[in-house]
Amino acid sequence: MTEAGQHVLANHDPVLDDFASEVGVEDPVAIAGSRSRWPSGWQLDADVRVVSAPSGIVIHQPEEMLVTVRAGTSVDELTAALAEAGQRCPLPPGGTVGGAIAVGHNCIQRLGRGSVRDSVMQVRYVSADGRLVAGGGPVVKNVSGFNLPKLLTGSLGTLGFVCEVILRTNPIPVRSVVASVADADPFVVFDLLYRPSMVLWDGVTTWVELEGHPDDVDSQLGLLKGLGQVTADVDLPELEPNRHSIAPGDVKSLLGAGARFVASIGVGTVWTETARPHTPLDTQVIELSRRVKDEFDPTGRLNPGLKPWT
Amino acid sequence: MKPRSLRNLWRNRAGVARSGNDDPVDPMVAQLADALAPERVRVDSVARALYAHDASVFGGGASGPVCFPTSLEEVQAIMRIAMSHGRSIVPRGAGTGLAGGAIPLGEPIVVSMAKMDRIIDIDPAGRVVWVEPGVVNLDLSRHLRPLGFHYAPDPSSQQVCTIGGNVANNSGGPHCLAYGVTDVHVVAVEVVLVDGTVVMLGGSCDEVDGYDLRGAFVGSEGMLGIATKVAVRLTQNPPAVKTLLLSFGTVADAANSVSAIIAAGMVPAALEVMDQKITVAVENFVNAGYPRDAAAVLLVELEGMPGSVEADAARVADIGRDHGATGVRVAADDAEREALWKGRKTAFGAIAQIAPDYYLHDTVVPRGRLADVLAEIYAIADRHDVVVMNVFHAGDGNLHPLLLFDGREPGAIDRVHAAGAEIVRASLAAGGVLSGEHGIGIEKQMHMGAMFGPDDLDHQERLRRAFDPYCRVNPGKVIPAGHSCADIQSLRSVPTGVWG
Repeated sequence: MTEAGQHVLANHDPVLDDFASEVGVEDPVAIAGSRSRWPSGWQLDADVRVVSAPSGIVIHQPEEMLVTVRAGTSVDELTAALAEAGQRCPLPPGGTVGGAIAVGHNCIQRLGRGSVRDSVMQVRYVSADGRLVAGGGPVVKNVSGFNLPKLLTGSLGTLGFVCEVILRTNPIPVRSVVASVADADPFVVFDLLYRPSMVLWDGVTTWVELEGHPDDVDSQLGLLKGLGQVTADVDLPELEPNRHSIAPGDVKSLLGAGARFVASIGVGTVWTETARPHTPLDTQVIELSRRVKDEFDPTGRLNPGLKPWT
Repeated sequence: MKPRSLRNLWRNRAGVARSGNDDPVDPMVAQLADALAPERVRVDSVARALYAHDASVFGGGASGPVCFPTSLEEVQAIMRIAMSHGRSIVPRGAGTGLAGGAIPLGEPIVVSMAKMDRIIDIDPAGRVVWVEPGVVNLDLSRHLRPLGFHYAPDPSSQQVCTIGGNVANNSGGPHCLAYGVTDVHVVAVEVVLVDGTVVMLGGSCDEVDGYDLRGAFVGSEGMLGIATKVAVRLTQNPPAVKTLLLSFGTVADAANSVSAIIAAGMVPAALEVMDQKITVAVENFVNAGYPRDAAAVLLVELEGMPGSVEADAARVADIGRDHGATGVRVAADDAEREALWKGRKTAFGAIAQIAPDYYLHDTVVPRGRLADVLAEIYAIADRHDVVVMNVFHAGDGNLHPLLLFDGREPGAIDRVHAAGAEIVRASLAAGGVLSGEHGIGIEKQMHMGAMFGPDDLDHQERLRRAFDPYCRVNPGKVIPAGHSCADIQSLRSVPTGVWG
């Protein structure tokens, strides 16, 4: 609620204010959660202070489909709390909420749960000069001002240290089944189903997650049986260690590469046995990204050494 | 095109008075005509007057030359020419915006993207379609339907509004409750920056490396650059659709039903409320069978697999009855469904029978506060002696109070603005936001400081500066002037009398 004469997003939470003070205004500083999503190869110099965002679920409002949560909260704790009210959010399991937002990778059921960045309705972060900044808004639909939540999500803490977010939540479907189909064309599977929550493929087997009303899940399973041997209630495949994103239409090109893989059909996230050579971004994107960084962190003190555009 | 033939063309345009044959042509206009084609650079007073407005109630716009590029290269040329002359530019889609976002301030070059209207490539495997920004929203969905897909965001203006305009405003629509607004559906945007540089934001990969500049661009109200190509997601057509119309004795009962439906764990494709005044106007207009005696109606659309649609329809009806619904009607067939939706989507046209002018507001409040805030809106309208009608996207708390007035009546527009400002304050006080889908434009610029603090606005301005360090792309919008000094400078730098 708003106090008279104050702007709406200025609810001065002393916990966040303390965090802003801790981030400070001048020396190099890095933010760490549980380090489960730590960027590979990122080493901190000895003079870099490391801070951690405050934790705790501030409020879950199931009827608003929103949860306000501090960045240091573990994703699994959040998931459990949401589930008690029959809801969920698209953050992938493990680590902290802040880590998931900073990295911005989507969960394996991205088709059914949506993307991490689309779920961030409001973000509060500490800027490079130690101020508490808010972007977005505390409702499920908002186009007031520029979209700072999108910019901050996936920015690896290089534009500001996220300390609290408001995430959109969704109801957990009545029924959820993971099934596998042997020797089917994964794109035929994908086209046959109506909005599956997940379609994975390893070149031989296709795994699907079907969610919704039990009658609908059963009818979709029935459709799949026309394509090949269907086994319901199976485990997901083990994911290969190297995760990257390709155009979803290009997934079949992985077959020719010879290495093991698991690919998310319709999404294009792939997990491969061998690492993919790094593809640099376009020079214009790099230039624009540098300008963004310079505007938000002119001295480069936030998470020094990380350059998301490289 | 050489300057001489351009001069001849210029003279032939209605309303452009030139005193003699030796009158020099404005060199910037000559360069624009050379880069495009003379007939696609309009400098006549008719064009300039037409493009000084959008669909909002705001006047005061002043357009410079109006350009109609047909290619990326032409857009680049416009940007470079504008830069070399220190002139601002304003991109424009169909001009259906309601917040004044496309109103030119300070006689900038207006860049209409209407002629870049090709559907470039449909990729069913990637579930993406590439389009030029001038493609009309509904045309795209009609094109995709036979392939089993559609484009999900469906603003009420979808028969005329363009994808480029939707990207600029991060547009919504009734069906965005379940599917999300424009930014959920845009995977990539090719953008021409202020200096003519072309940059591809986002891409066909789901997780593009680097900052989400695509996400930052969508909803930036044409202030970061001009979109010349957009990739949007294909959404599967639902196997089953059911539309219900619930009637209520009070607006509060309708609003509370909406909260209860969401709280019960359902996310219908659409949850739309219309109060009695607008329902009667709509019924007079479309004869869809809307009840004239209900204080409010709730239009619910359920989409998906048949099992969930049937089960949710029964639950919605039960929840409605528990909250005082006096009638529950299920559309029997597509014709009945379409008639009901025609009523909802033409609501704004229907009010012409009541008053010659209207001001459509757009705020969002938490769903749980809908009933309270609606009661407050009726009280505010009463206090200001303004007729108000409410038709809104109840499912996401997105209010659209329609303030009716007669612009010829002295003082009427002032009362409407005063009521509107109070409605904005009431929405913010209830924990809401300034705009759910229309944007800030010039309409709500003065309210930005009521929602955001100085530091928040400073960071929005930083994002803008990173894209446009010169503040020449659609200046004078969104960010209040006090936080955007460069705008003032930019607007003042236009030589006075250029377009005299």
